[in-house]
Amino acid sequence: MAWTDKRPMSPHLQIYKLPMTAMLSVMHRGTGVVLSAGSLFLIWALAAAATGPESFALVQTVMSSWFGYLVLFGFTGALYFHLCTGVRHLIWDLGKGLQLQSTKKSGVVLVVIALTLTALTWLIAFTAG
Amino acid sequence: MNSNSLRSPLGKVKGLGSAKSGTEHFMVQRLTALALIPLTVWFCFSLAAMPQMDFETFTAWLRSPISASLMILTIIMTFYHAYLGLQVVIEDYVSDHAVRLAAIIAIQFICILVSVIGLVSVVKIIVGGPA
Repeated sequence: MAWTDKRPMSPHLQIYKLPMTAMLSVMHRGTGVVLSAGSLFLIWALAAAATGPESFALVQTVMSSWFGYLVLFGFTGALYFHLCTGVRHLIWDLGKGLQLQSTKKSGVVLVVIALTLTALTWLIAFTAG
Repeated sequence: MNSNSLRSPLGKVKGLGSAKSGTEHFMVQRLTALALIPLTVWFCFSLAAMPQMDFETFTAWLRSPISASLMILTIIMTFYHAYLGLQVVIEDYVSDHAVRLAAIIAIQFICILVSVIGLVSVVKIIVGGPA
């Protein structure tokens, strides 16, 4: 059935500013989809390592390019973000922290933790490598 | 027959109602998530701590029994969790029933295929010896 009503639908996303809780929720789902696709890269790397040094050399070349670093950096950031929002979901499943004020507070805390974990991982990567 | 039953006659005939398994998707989604918390952190920090990401370093790391076992668990949990998550996303946004079913089956097949490739690769690296 065609939608004929010209009035904006609620929530009208171009006008309505999503609250942080909604933004984090959308990003949790978005990063989940992105990570699913990114996990294919891990399998490619494993299959290449199982095939031999020549195949793995290609993985290494791709990973050590600026584009590879950009993807890896985005991937770790998305991974830790999804992990932190996921942990919050598990806490919510226990019936804790569901009040509006605590969701706002935990939202800020989880973003800080995700950024810290991302920075820590890359700090180790650059000092080890 | 109990006339006070809350189940509709049609529901009774079709055998609908509680099958004692309605929470399975929900529970497995959470349990794989729980397992992935330590596995993800282990995986990221192990790779980050490698002096370099070349063939010898990577395969030597993976050949240790602990790394190989945790890697196998990571693969299984990741793609099980990804399948359950993507299924929910498809169910939410794809309204056409035929397309929805086809998409969910496709995602399931891809997740199984990809995780088997990963598992076979890990096994080959462990038992294959130095390539």
